Order: sequence, then C-alpha cells, then structure tokens
Amino acid sequence: MTDPSATRLPSSPATGSPAPRHGPARHEAPRHDPAHRSGPALRMSLLGGSLVLLLASAAGAALATLWITSLSVAAIGVGIPLTLLATVLIRWFADLHRQWAADRLGEPVARPYLPPPDAGWPARLWTIARDPASWRDWAWLLANSVTMWFTYGLSLLLFLSGVFYLIYPLLYRLTPPQVFRTPLGNGFRLESVQESFALVPLGPVFLLLWYVTAVRLANLNARVIRSLLGPTEQARLRSRVRELADSRAETVDAKASELRRIERDLHDGAQARLVSLGMSLGLAEQLLPNDPRAVQRLLAEARESTADALTELRDLVRGIHPPVLADRGLDGALKALALVNPIPTTVVTHLPGRLPAPVESAAYFAVAEALSNAIKHAGPQHIRIEAEFTPHPAREAGELTMRVYDDGHGGATMDADTPTPATTPTGTGLRGIARRLAAFDGTLTVDSPPGGPTEIRMSLPCALS
Amino acid sequence: MRLVVAEDLALLREGLIRIFQANGFEVVAAVDNGPSLLRALTTHRPDVAIVDVRLPPTFTDEGLRAAITARERLPGLPVVVLSQYVEQLYARELLSDRAGAVGYLLKDRVMAVDRFVANVREVAAGSTIMDPEVVSALLTHRGADPHLLALTPREREVLSLMAEGRSNAAIATRMFVTEKTVSKHSYNIFTKLNLEPSEDDNRRILAVLAYLEG
Repeated sequence: MTDPSATRLPSSPATGSPAPRHGPARHEAPRHDPAHRSGPALRMSLLGGSLVLLLASAAGAALATLWITSLSVAAIGVGIPLTLLATVLIRWFADLHRQWAADRLGEPVARPYLPPPDAGWPARLWTIARDPASWRDWAWLLANSVTMWFTYGLSLLLFLSGVFYLIYPLLYRLTPPQVFRTPLGNGFRLESVQESFALVPLGPVFLLLWYVTAVRLANLNARVIRSLLGPTEQARLRSRVRELADSRAETVDAKASELRRIERDLHDGAQARLVSLGMSLGLAEQLLPNDPRAVQRLLAEARESTADALTELRDLVRGIHPPVLADRGLDGALKALALVNPIPTTVVTHLPGRLPAPVESAAYFAVAEALSNAIKHAGPQHIRIEAEFTPHPAREAGELTMRVYDDGHGGATMDADTPTPATTPTGTGLRGIARRLAAFDGTLTVDSPPGGPTEIRMSLPCALS
Repeated sequence: MRLVVAEDLALLREGLIRIFQANGFEVVAAVDNGPSLLRALTTHRPDVAIVDVRLPPTFTDEGLRAAITARERLPGLPVVVLSQYVEQLYARELLSDRAGAVGYLLKDRVMAVDRFVANVREVAAGSTIMDPEVVSALLTHRGADPHLLALTPREREVLSLMAEGRSNAAIATRMFVTEKTVSKHSYNIFTKLNLEPSEDDNRRILAVLAYLEG
C-alpha cells in the first residue's frame, strides 16, 4: 500500500561495487574533478598537468625502447624478468593515462589486457607477447611521445608565448643589449623599451588562443589515449561474449536445479499424497458392503490427503510464478508482497504498464529475495520498496530500477563467504540476486554502512510490452 | 435459493453444480468466462454467486473484477469468490465497498461440503466470510500491534473466528463455551481495540477486518 506520509529514508549515493563482471572489463567508476572545475581553474589545472604529461611522454618513449629491447633479448635468460618488469611498469604508466583520459572524457577507459595465466614465467611472457593490448601499449608510447607535443605541448607553447609578449618590455629592460632585440626576425629591430611595448598586445592574443583551445586539445589527447589504450571493438566483443557465456551457464544451471527441485517436491509431496488418496478410496470401495463406519473414516482421511496435496501444490506454484504476478504484474505483486510482510513495508511504484513476463518475474524474485534478506539479517523497523521504469529516450526500451531500503543495522555485503553449492537452486543472498539479474544484464549495488540504513539498488534493462 | 456459478474447468463446474443441487439450491446460470459472468449477474440477480477468481479470456483475475463490477452496479450482491490462492490484496478489494455479503475462500474449502454450503447461505444472508488463511495472515501482519498484544489467547481465538465471519452462536459452539461468554470476550476485544461495539454480527466482522487491515 502506498503511504504518501511515509518517512523517506535518506537516499545516499550507492557506493557499492558494481555487480560482478567477468573478464577484463572490470573498471572503477571515473573520478570526476572535485567540484566540477570550469573555466580558468580547469585550464590552469590542465596547464599544470601538461608539464607532467609532457615529461611523461618523453619517459614513455624510453619505456617503449626498454620494453622492445628486453623482449628482443627474451631468449637470453635475463630478458624474461626484464620484460615482465618493463610490462608492469608500462601497464602502470598506461593506467595512469587511462585514468587521466577517463577524467577528461567523463567515462571510464577499460583495461583491455588478457588475464595472466597461473603458470611459470615463460607462459606469462608468452601471454604478454601475444596480447594485442601489449603491442598497442607500445604503439601508444611511441605515438604519445609525438601527439602529446602537438596537443598539450601546443597548449603550453601558446600560454608561454602569451606571457612572454605580455612581459616583453620587462625582458628588454633586464637583458643585455644582444638578446630580445629581434622578436620577429632580423627585419625588425627594437631600439628602445618604448618600442618594445608595441609587442605587448600580442600577449592577450596568444593567451586568448590558449584559453579557447586548451580544453579541446586536452580532449583530443584523451581521445587518442582512449583509442589506443582502450579495448578494441573486437576485445570488447570478446569480453562481452565471455560474460554472456558465463551468465548463460549460470542461468542454465539455476534453471536445471530449479526443475530438479520442482520434480522432487512433486514426487515426494502431491504425487505421494494422491497415491495414498487412491489407496484410501480403493479400500473404502472394498469395505462399503460390510463396514460403513470404517468407510466414513477412510473418506475423511481421503479428503485430508487431498487438502494437504493442494497446500503443497499451492506453495510450489507460488515459488515458480506467484499467481498475483500473473494477474496484476509487478505493481500488484509487490503490493501483495508488502501486505503479507511482518515488518511495516511501504511500496512506491512508477510503472507505466505491464513489463515483459521474464523481466517481471526476475524483478519480483529479486525484490522478494532482497526483502527476506533484510528481514533475516538487518532487524529493521520499516522497509521501503521502490520500483520505477525509466524510458530510454532513444529506443523502445528503458530501465527498471528497484530499490529496497531498510532502517536496520546495515553491514550487508556482496561477499559470499561460502560459495553457493551447485545444489542450491538459485543462489540466495545478495550475490545470488546479482547472479540472477546478470542473466538479464541487470546489476545490483549495495550501500550498507555499519549501523545502517541499507539500500539495495537493482536495475534491469527492459522493453515495455 | 437462486445461484450463479462461474468456473472455467468443466470438471469443477459440474462438481459445484452437483453439490448445490444436492443441497437444494437452484442453479440459474453456469458460466465459464468473465463477460458472461457479468451478464449473468446483472440479468439474473441471483441470491448468491460462486465465482472463480481466474477466468478466461485473460486468465488473470477476471472473475474477481467481474464480481466487483457487478457489485458496483448492484450494491451488496452476494458473491463468494473461490481461488486456489488467497491474496490479501484481493480480500481487501472485495471488502473495500463495506457492503458485506462477500465471501473469499480457498477452493479446498469446498471439500468440507456442509461447512461450505453453510458459508454460502450466510453470505446470501448478508454475512462476510473470510478464509482462515486471510485472517491468520492479517493477524501476522499486525503482529507488533500493541492493542493486539494486549489480548488474551482466548480473546485472540474469538477475534480470528469473528474475522472469519462466524456469528457469536457459531463461535460459542466452536469453542465449547456459552454465547454469553463469547459476548463478553467480544466486548473486551472491542474495548481493547478502541472499536465501536455493535450487536450486528456483520458490522462487527467488517469493523474487525477494517482494523486488521489498518
């Protein structure tokens, strides 16, 4: 039930780790400039960075040479550790630049490396040597030592020229008569400080040029970094395929064990009871002529068996697909869920209509699991469930976001201390939910400081039906 | 007593018709889908209707919706809704018009033929009958309510029987006490829950249900 007067728990930004992704596409969220620097402050910081980056680009060229040299002599014993060391250095160096580019572009630049094998040095070396990302790193080091000068170098040059012309009279005054007398070549000689003032207006012109181009040049550089240091389309697809294969395997496993559980429950429950029902009825048939008393008792027993079988079937069906979900969709099912919950629970939904059945079902079970998790572990006084569909402006699709807040004592984590055994139908706990959502490209984040409150945020991409 | 039956499974529909005919009801219409049910209810105006929640064409809560729509047009039209599952949400919707004369029962209850037929007659007479599962879930839901915690075990028992829609006489028989004792218990319950005491069984039941839903 929706209670508009319900106290809204403070929604803190989710700081949990993103859902476990497989493969190398693991990355941190980009760190944005604090307070979103803009205008002059941003440009000054880029200027400061340019000094570092330009020095680094020169160092990078040296690194590239070191790496290719050590790799060439890898056949000789000492080459192997040297190559490994150089690779570690280069990757650390490239990571710094990825971070730099990510801050500039406002989106993360993923690391494209192949995962190192758990084997000896030669095997590791072989992996490094055949990893296209290693060669692209090397190519980037070479390219960077040039492009850096055309971007940040140019920016720095424009700035310094501006300053230089602004203070030209001062330079003229302080320097001996041989220098700074022919600023524009030999055809133009300055004879006095007064004449040198004619050059001062050039200062603002250069500074303006610097100001206008600084951010563009920095972004251009970041794009170069991304194109060489980010994953190629092929690598991106490869890691995506690996992710999909993993989540498909998990989904298939979960479904198979789910079916096994249903089969077992039917076999040991309803089926067995129906057999006993048949027996009671058969016996009653036999006894009918001579012992009506006993028949009455048997019939009563038979009726009880039927009732028990029905109860079991009912629970089983609820576990497969709650009828209220089929009837009313996610909106009604969540409200029904809150109604039978022992802890006071508020439900707020913003759903425009029925969602595709698989999405509804996944969303419902994810929320139900998060809810029972909260009740089991957090000891909350109040729980709030939110479900919201955000349409995607570009496509006929959108994103379903579900939040489960509780004011319990927090400390929930994604870390499964014990790996879920393969026999359990679907992993329970937060990791289990995340796994099941991953099958739909969904994610789960946890924000649960010790002492609470806890917010579990789940999202599922989906299309409206 | 004139009766309409709405059930899509032929086997169950025939079973229901057989039970009611054996117990002296006149089945004026037996339908198997939502639209026909709505038509049957508004044209025949039966003394009581037996409605399965899930009906064609949508196979969702078609029957429940048809019953609620019919009761909007004919307030207080007695309806007993049967379902394989009880949902608090549906119970709430059936009760929301506060007109009484509704029943919401699990299909299993049909097997106890005598009780079931008695329940149908009570609904036809204007009573409200809720499945024990609905009531126990309501009580669980309000588990932490201080007013409910103040009740004695006997009072709680009376309260749940009352919420299921039983009259004082029926509760007395069930608990092996006199009707006077039940009256005393129910007076105490109403005092403890800050409810307006009432002599009318059905109004009392509705008050209790409203309280438990709160």
